[in-house]
Amino acid sequence: MANSNTNILTPEKNGVNVSEDLKYSFPDTRGYFGSFGGKFVPEILIPALDQLESEYNVVKTDPDFNKERFHHLKEYVGRPTPLTLASRLTEHYGTGKIYFKREDLCHTGAHKINNTIGQVMLAKRMGKKRIIAETGAGQHGVATATVCARFGLECVVYMGEEDMRRQKLNVDRMKLLGAEVRGVTSGSRTLKDATNEAIRDWVTNVEDTFYIIGSAVGPHPYPMMVRDFHDVIGLETESQCLEIEGRLPDYVLACVGGGSNAIGIFYRFINDKNVKLIGLEAAGEGETTGKTAATFAKGKPGVLHGSLSYLLQTPQGQIALAHSISAGLDYPGVGPEHAHLFDTGRVKYYPVSDKDAMAAVKRCSEMEGIIPAIETAHAIAWLEKLMPSLSKDEIVVLNCSGRGDKDMGTISEYFYGS
Amino acid sequence: MQTAIENTEATYISPRLLKVFEAAGFKKVMNLFITAGFPTIEDTVDLILGYEKNGADIIELGMPFSDPLADGPTIQYSSEVALSNGLMMDDIFAMVAEVRKHTQIPIILMGYINPLLYYGIDRFFENAATAGVDGLILPDVPVEESGLIQIASQNNKLPLIYLVAPNSTDERMRLVDKKSGGFVYCVSVTGVTGARTAAEVSSSVERFIDRINEHITQNPVLIGFGISSYEDAVRISERARGFVVGSALINNIRDERDKNPNDWKDAHFKFVHRLKHGN
Repeated sequence: MANSNTNILTPEKNGVNVSEDLKYSFPDTRGYFGSFGGKFVPEILIPALDQLESEYNVVKTDPDFNKERFHHLKEYVGRPTPLTLASRLTEHYGTGKIYFKREDLCHTGAHKINNTIGQVMLAKRMGKKRIIAETGAGQHGVATATVCARFGLECVVYMGEEDMRRQKLNVDRMKLLGAEVRGVTSGSRTLKDATNEAIRDWVTNVEDTFYIIGSAVGPHPYPMMVRDFHDVIGLETESQCLEIEGRLPDYVLACVGGGSNAIGIFYRFINDKNVKLIGLEAAGEGETTGKTAATFAKGKPGVLHGSLSYLLQTPQGQIALAHSISAGLDYPGVGPEHAHLFDTGRVKYYPVSDKDAMAAVKRCSEMEGIIPAIETAHAIAWLEKLMPSLSKDEIVVLNCSGRGDKDMGTISEYFYGS
Repeated sequence: MQTAIENTEATYISPRLLKVFEAAGFKKVMNLFITAGFPTIEDTVDLILGYEKNGADIIELGMPFSDPLADGPTIQYSSEVALSNGLMMDDIFAMVAEVRKHTQIPIILMGYINPLLYYGIDRFFENAATAGVDGLILPDVPVEESGLIQIASQNNKLPLIYLVAPNSTDERMRLVDKKSGGFVYCVSVTGVTGARTAAEVSSSVERFIDRINEHITQNPVLIGFGISSYEDAVRISERARGFVVGSALINNIRDERDKNPNDWKDAHFKFVHRLKHGN
């Protein structure tokens, strides 16, 4: 296990090869996490995925690549992010001790950029000139547009028109960063449809285009690659917690849509059986109402966007429309590694309603001076359920995955009716 | 990349499909795609029978899916219409069974894996085979993932037909040939389904067809994506056994229905006749 005195940002320690001594070893060579994952894509994408996989396998353990990656994470993203004691929330509950892993302080305002830095470096190395991405809340779109500006690559972001309305600020940020934002009018006009369009673009322009997927979803090797690029979150958390508390946390909480911030903070702790891992998914108006994005509570295994995982679907096996007040969690699927962790019981997943998440936005803002993203607030809301059951000295780390600036439109409408 | 796929037994080929290719001789085989339940559930059987009368040799019947990511806007549209018409999986089998009362034209079902998973893989293959289906195209199931369906496919003598694309390697073409039962579907350009201009279906098709003819030797090759007229069909399928038309049919149905909502089928069938015969 990591030693608290080591500098967090040394690639030797942070290189993904560290995980080789861990017992948990997924995905397998076919890209499966237990029964989930795989490569369910049109034949045209197979050569591209094969090429990506072999290139990624090279850079994964390449000291130079990782040195450069960690250089960008430090000098550009602003890592390491702090582990902040949420002192008034801790006092409020009177049991346990709550820490926030401050991914909201990353450049662009969320964890998403950890992944886009890694993928854009890979794209550049593979000689691709054009980057495409899908986005829901716009955070991944902004993080992609940002690194494309930084690395000098053409950038096209697909975004559902419904999300463009909800997240206008992020649309303008992407444009300002030089990206082209293509509105998607098919289906529910949200993240699922934006992902369909991005895949269609990729199928058409596969020779010169790199698709930067924003969550731990999609065909192999994406779920593994996205996880590995976010592993820095868990790695820092582990070192910081050891440094501050002298031991690992008892609980780690994160919100789960596709599941990138969650797998980023969970992955390090999977073999530490005493660390309880909890994922919070969006119940929307309630997981029994039909207007929900609670994939584990209401979904069944199925294939969407290239992998086999849990999915919200109709009795005819059509993909059901998800609903959440948070655009980032408004997705009918979930990453295949989470599906595996759900089935094995290693991670517990619970639904949190729009209402409880919005109350948490307010509570966290007033008590901690941190306006969280509505996505993140789903995890914060769970403290209401979790904290009363804890003993005084139990440590809870919550991944504060993003800040709420982008949500001010929704927040204003919800609380102040404007 | 090593693939862990092994062919445990020779791939079955439907006698109806074999017969079509034998009978065609040097003539091009025309495979027509229509989304089941489009424009209405009642139209599908009529369309299939009319297509056969007007030159279709094979019917590819689309099983609509909410998120058809290998298809362009045209087939996404027809799929949405079919789903909003309330089409169920069992309706598709009923359509095939109804067609079988009249004709032995080979019918290939084309669709995405998720509705099959939900329906149950074994149940799907049993019911499809019983109804009289001759093969299955699942564009989101490459040979890597064929383990999901391989046993049901073999048990029910209902083979998969796989695709190759211009960026497929030679080795890949041989693998797809080995795993396919009936024909191999060649995608003429990279991209999703949809009608295209001649310039888009570029001369690189020539080199692609050279490679196809060298590496795909067990199955006949049908070429598709971007064919919307007799002239396209002649040019693109010059060195293949035949061709597939899909989006152009859907577009034509939409046009003819706009012009004449109650009596559009004759005009549509004329379009089909021209695709095959040029007049």
